[in-house]
Amino acid sequence: MTSLVTGDTPKRKTSSFRIAPRILRLVLLLVGDAGVGWLLSKLISLGYLPFATAILIIALLVNFVLIYKRAYPIRWMIIGLVLMAMFTIYPIIFTVWVSFTNYGEAHLVTKEQAISQILKEKYLPTTGKAYGWTAFKSPQGDYALWLIDSEGNGYLAKQGEPLAQPKPGEMGVGPLDSKGIPETIEGYKRLTAIQAATDKNLTEILFGEAGTTIQVRSPTEAAQILPLYVYDATKDAMISQETGIVYSDIRGTFTSPDGTTLKPGFIATINFTNFRDFFTSPALRGPLIRVIIWNFAFAFLSLFLNFSLGLAIAILFNDRFFPLKKLIRSLLIIPYTVPALITILIWRGMLNPELGVINHILKSLFSWAPAWFTDEWWAKVAILIVNLWLSYPYFMLICSGALQSISEDYYGAAQVDGASRWQQFRFITLPLLLVAVGPLLVASFTFNFNNFNLIYLFNAGGPPIAGSPTPAGHTDILISYVYNLAFTASRGINYGFASAITIIIFIIIGAITLFQFRYTRMWEEVSKNV
Amino acid sequence: MSSTFSFRKLRTSASAQRAFGVAIRLVIAVILITFSIFPILWMISASLNPTGSLATQTLIPKNWGLGNYQELMSSKEFPFWTWLWNSFKISSITSIISLAITTIAAYAFSRFRFKGRVTMLKGILLINVFPGLLALVATFLMISQLGDVVPPLGLNTHAALILVYLGGAMGINIWLMKGFYDTIPHDIDESAMVEGASDWQIFTQLILPLLRPILIVIAILNYINTYGEFVLARVLLKSFDQYTLMVGLQIFVGAQFQQRWGVFAAGALIGALPIMIIYLVLQDQIVGGLTQGAVKG
Repeated sequence: MTSLVTGDTPKRKTSSFRIAPRILRLVLLLVGDAGVGWLLSKLISLGYLPFATAILIIALLVNFVLIYKRAYPIRWMIIGLVLMAMFTIYPIIFTVWVSFTNYGEAHLVTKEQAISQILKEKYLPTTGKAYGWTAFKSPQGDYALWLIDSEGNGYLAKQGEPLAQPKPGEMGVGPLDSKGIPETIEGYKRLTAIQAATDKNLTEILFGEAGTTIQVRSPTEAAQILPLYVYDATKDAMISQETGIVYSDIRGTFTSPDGTTLKPGFIATINFTNFRDFFTSPALRGPLIRVIIWNFAFAFLSLFLNFSLGLAIAILFNDRFFPLKKLIRSLLIIPYTVPALITILIWRGMLNPELGVINHILKSLFSWAPAWFTDEWWAKVAILIVNLWLSYPYFMLICSGALQSISEDYYGAAQVDGASRWQQFRFITLPLLLVAVGPLLVASFTFNFNNFNLIYLFNAGGPPIAGSPTPAGHTDILISYVYNLAFTASRGINYGFASAITIIIFIIIGAITLFQFRYTRMWEEVSKNV
Repeated sequence: MSSTFSFRKLRTSASAQRAFGVAIRLVIAVILITFSIFPILWMISASLNPTGSLATQTLIPKNWGLGNYQELMSSKEFPFWTWLWNSFKISSITSIISLAITTIAAYAFSRFRFKGRVTMLKGILLINVFPGLLALVATFLMISQLGDVVPPLGLNTHAALILVYLGGAMGINIWLMKGFYDTIPHDIDESAMVEGASDWQIFTQLILPLLRPILIVIAILNYINTYGEFVLARVLLKSFDQYTLMVGLQIFVGAQFQQRWGVFAAGALIGALPIMIIYLVLQDQIVGGLTQGAVKG
């Protein structure tokens, strides 16, 4: 068997002075484990099971790494790995799980919570066990009911108190009349039948405690309120006691055969429905296709424009003896030095159609200026200009670095062969440069593909696409579209669908990243470790 | 005789050509510089514009004054200095701890051979291209649950925000750092090992000092990235006095974009200034750090 650690291990000293750190490590591990145990017990008692599971798994791995000798190299990165597992991987797993569910505005709670909420709904049966009733009213406006069931037993029902069966003399109940109704109840005044029938409050009031709540149903009858629904676990359905309609669980909503639904819905696994919707739903397809096309166009155009300008500047000033070179470079990298959020907001002000400086200048020169925020094409142009301003210095810097690494000999040889300047650029500079900065170009493409900050801060994806069933704008890219779906709820949050799109974005970006490594030397470098 | 003459003529024409080329390039440079610093100049002008609204702003403000700055300093509504301090604190702590995590981990990736090394490196890269925006909800839930048990790590605390930022420490920087370690020949550590130095001693006493300049650059880039982050900070921080500068500025603009333009510009300028100064003072080192990754390939 190959050892987990090879190479320099045999040379490593294992003399006695290394025992002290080992003991220290074990003590620290025990203290840490005690802390984790306490945290776990708290989390479990609060019912945060997924989080507790994640912590448990991470803690077990940490123990393994710190105890198992061959995991020695991992100890060097254990803190970073723990933080990554906790704050990056766990949220990713959560997102993947959500993408297979219907989690969203109408489906926010678990099935148990939804069932218990639905079971709380009550109704007043129009038939069934009933009581005769007589009402009493206190000077403060409180009501009490004297109920007589079919066997002639009398009960006293007050608001918020359990149903009692007092004999005369108890609980302030006075002597009973011929019908078995007390003539007086202490603190209350007996209402006549007419008074009771005209009292508007009486039919609204719930008597007795929760669970055995009694309500007046008709001038002669009062009855106990019953739960409206019964949950049938074998059929996994809610059955209405009033109508007998069966509401079965369809994708996280109890739904009757004719399509009426019970609220709330609950989180349910719906397999690949979200992904299928992404590709097939005609309602979503319209805006989504626009968003996807613009997303790719934006990422490609940004990369092309920013790289071209950066490269052009780098070539133009790639001259050791150029006057003021340092000053020019300092002034040119200024856009790169300002935090992006600030510059995007500044550009938003400068391009403001009525008040912004750019349109003032354009109007005074041409008496016309573009509607940077309301016209879909000009909005796209504005985004590209702002992005050009933000990132050309980066490309300028990496290109000038790369240019300096290209050996002068190539150009000397080319001149001997009589190559023109353009040929030198086309056949020497560009290929060598692309090899050097290729990985950074791909990284920049994937960054722009998900450049949420720019789109969101500049125009929040606007102008809106008219008639879109989900909130979407002409400059929305997938990630900002997803953000609207998940967080801005004008037409209902659909977190499950938003997560599914996130997974799709991840697959696209992941594939590009892996593809890049196939065609660059990065992997080989990793494996041979230079 | 004639050959000397033509030689001289050739030289003058070459230098004339060169002077012409330089002149053209200087003109281009001026155009480009206008493009690059115009927004900044405009921001400065806005911050000096006494009426402070977007509508009344001209590039060269009439009756300029420091009114916007005074308003910014004295405003109780917008605790600007607290925001700036919060940003400074959070970015510094994040950047230093994150640097420690990456340097140590990258060293292991560069110097040790172990099963799953390449897979882990690839995995780290792939995990970091996952669009984290949606994972925000999970992060939010997790931090609020953590806060129920350990309140100092809950929502609206800087500690929680720093922890979440550190979750991203094992990212592309591992690759960058590993690249730098790989450029240091193994002979150095092997000879030290023969003399009985432990891995930790080799790492801290031999290798790290060699990398000090690049470590500073990475720490600064980390600092700048954290300083500019606002999505996570906005979700996790709830109260005004806990905001970072970026969250504060964004909320500020969202509230009264056009009326409070001047105050915003003043705040943005003060907020951007430290980063601009860092960049301009250390530009050679930072450019070196940025391009080394590129040139290496």
